[in-house]
Amino acid sequence: MSSVSRVGLIQKLQADILRLQGFKTAKNTSPDIGLGFMREAFPNRSFPIGAVHEFLSDQTESIAPASGFIAGLLSSLMRNRGTTLWISSNRTLFPPALKSFNLEPDRFIFIDLKREKDVLWAMEETLKCSPLTAVVSEVRHMDFTASRRLQLAVEESQVTGFIIRHNVQNPNTTACVSRWKITSLQSDPIVADSFSGQKYGVLPGIGFPKWKIELLRMRNGRTGAWDIQWINGRFVPSMETSVHPKFSIDIPEEAERKTG
Amino acid sequence: MVRRYVSIWFRHLNTDWFSLRQPHLKKTPFVLRTPSHGRMIITAVNNVAQRKGIHVDMVLADARAILPDLEVSDDKPDLATKLLKCLALWCIRFTPVVAADPPDGLLLDATGCSHLWGGDQPYLTEIAKKLKERGYDVRAAMADTIGVAWGVARFGKGPSVIDSNKHIEVLASLPPEALRLESGTVERLHKLGLHQVSQLIGMPRSSLRRRFGSHFMMRLDMALGWETETIQPIKPIEPYQERLPCLEPIVTASGIEMALLRLLKTLCFRLHQEQKGLRMAVFKGYRVDGKVEQVQIGTSRPSHNVDHLFKLFEMKLSTIEPALGIELFVLEASKVEDHIPLQEKMWEGSGGPDDPELYELIDRLAGKVGMQAIHRYLPDEHHWPERSVKPASSLQEKPTKTWPTDKPLPLHLLKKPIRIEVTAPIPDYPPMLFRYKGKVHKITKADGPERIEQEWWIQQGQHRDYYRVEDEEGSRYWLFRSGHYDDQNYQWFMHGVFG
Repeated sequence: MSSVSRVGLIQKLQADILRLQGFKTAKNTSPDIGLGFMREAFPNRSFPIGAVHEFLSDQTESIAPASGFIAGLLSSLMRNRGTTLWISSNRTLFPPALKSFNLEPDRFIFIDLKREKDVLWAMEETLKCSPLTAVVSEVRHMDFTASRRLQLAVEESQVTGFIIRHNVQNPNTTACVSRWKITSLQSDPIVADSFSGQKYGVLPGIGFPKWKIELLRMRNGRTGAWDIQWINGRFVPSMETSVHPKFSIDIPEEAERKTG
Repeated sequence: MVRRYVSIWFRHLNTDWFSLRQPHLKKTPFVLRTPSHGRMIITAVNNVAQRKGIHVDMVLADARAILPDLEVSDDKPDLATKLLKCLALWCIRFTPVVAADPPDGLLLDATGCSHLWGGDQPYLTEIAKKLKERGYDVRAAMADTIGVAWGVARFGKGPSVIDSNKHIEVLASLPPEALRLESGTVERLHKLGLHQVSQLIGMPRSSLRRRFGSHFMMRLDMALGWETETIQPIKPIEPYQERLPCLEPIVTASGIEMALLRLLKTLCFRLHQEQKGLRMAVFKGYRVDGKVEQVQIGTSRPSHNVDHLFKLFEMKLSTIEPALGIELFVLEASKVEDHIPLQEKMWEGSGGPDDPELYELIDRLAGKVGMQAIHRYLPDEHHWPERSVKPASSLQEKPTKTWPTDKPLPLHLLKKPIRIEVTAPIPDYPPMLFRYKGKVHKITKADGPERIEQEWWIQQGQHRDYYRVEDEEGSRYWLFRSGHYDDQNYQWFMHGVFG
């Protein structure tokens, strides 16, 4: 057997393994998640849906950027269809704010549980329900067995799960397909820029939400870190200064920044 | 509870039916005949003929002698029974319990129904009017007992609605025929000079029984309301209940599951046939030692899906203690609603709020953690952040207004605003720094203020001036000052975190 055919064989086997593990190939119609600039990090260059993603936060306030990033992902996943469940034992999420992420807040069902033990039970139960688009849950502790059970549940139903973990100092190993850490960054000042190139100056106040996305682990993918902004309903990789969308014509989409 | 009954008397039931088909008969004398012992006997007379002196049981030849232009038709056997059955079914619009009262009447159990028509009198008028519009000559009466209602409908001269507890007085003024007696008894009473019920009521019961028999006493007691009289509804109301007696007491968990599954299958089959679904069900096990073990489930939407309901029960079955054994299982649907099969929405795709799988999931969750843990929100007409959403009553409820998009809202809103310490340079300027949970946040950028006033018709208090601020680390917060800056008692609060 020549070496060329061996390489081809190994590539084919790898693709088969990915398919068996539930990762869709690029040819499959998975929704464009708007994260084109980080697709090199994903297996098969597409964001894995039908998997459980884990988001770490070291203190209670820092779940806000994580839930913001998840809301951004959900807006591409839901496309104003389907239903998402939000399970938590101490929920602070304010439904009307989801509207600013192009989500219909009435398409969310919130399960507010008293005990954290029930959150994982409810998460597993809901992840088995295939008509759902996604399930988001907020937990503090999750052992490997629990995460394995969740992963098994989604492999059959193809529901996407997001777990926001509160106050995790030393994260343990889990069976989740990825591990993310989202932190807030100071927003860029918005520059009002007209077509003629004449500068009107920097607008005062707070700019668009800006986050530092750290992909700490990605099964069959690569890790990385990106600075992104949420502008007008989509993720935009950060540049030195952002342009006010009212005056801009196009924002370069393929501007890839390798900071990791 | 005082029971109320309506008795409807069709004065010319059979002839009215013929007149409806041949309208010209309405104005002419018309009778129905049937052969009897070689002669033609009149069995039914219409209104016109009755006024001319023709009555039932007259020989047709005699009637022809009185009225040569008499119209005659052959009577149809069982016509009255069939007509009464149809009319009784039609009357279910007025009350669920309707019974045919042969030969020429209907009985309605109107207990707790008349208020829907605005009282007893409008209720009765409506019934009589509707039947008259259909072409039937009726008299109707309403009273506390069936006997009095029956008597007033046929023999009453005063008002047709007898008020509660007045039925004995009214009955006293009626002739003895109003007691629904055999014709022989009535004849004997008249012979004895007893032309009113009032004369009978005072008499010693033992002598009345001796002279007129126990049937007479029963009818009198029924009319007075001393003896309960039940009516046989035309549509029996069957409870949604299934029973499974066991030959040997059941002690094992699998045995209980099998019993439940069998009961569910029969109950759900019936519900499916009637296009109903249960909202609440109780599964009871009667133990050998006389105790009753029971579990209850509820669903968020009417359902007759055996698998789904079984799963709901399954979570709770472990609480049943069979002890020495369960000898009888009863499954009862305590709340049943219409279950109309939905048309599949192709454009909606799966996962919408109508998806049955989603409902079944919600039921399973509610069975374990309670329905109060499951929320869905709709926008409400308030600017005050805590009141800007309201819980939706069901999974299908649509928002009546659009979600606000005009201003940025925090992704996380604290359930209760938390007091913070703030340094603000100038009145109405955003703060420079604030201390929250022991940590000092230095503010670099800020937007605001955005004033939200109290809704004085709901709550009194100070307005809030909201600021969006960003600290050095990039966290974005929603702060507000309650009250004016120059007031002595203004306070700063943290209310939310932006994404």
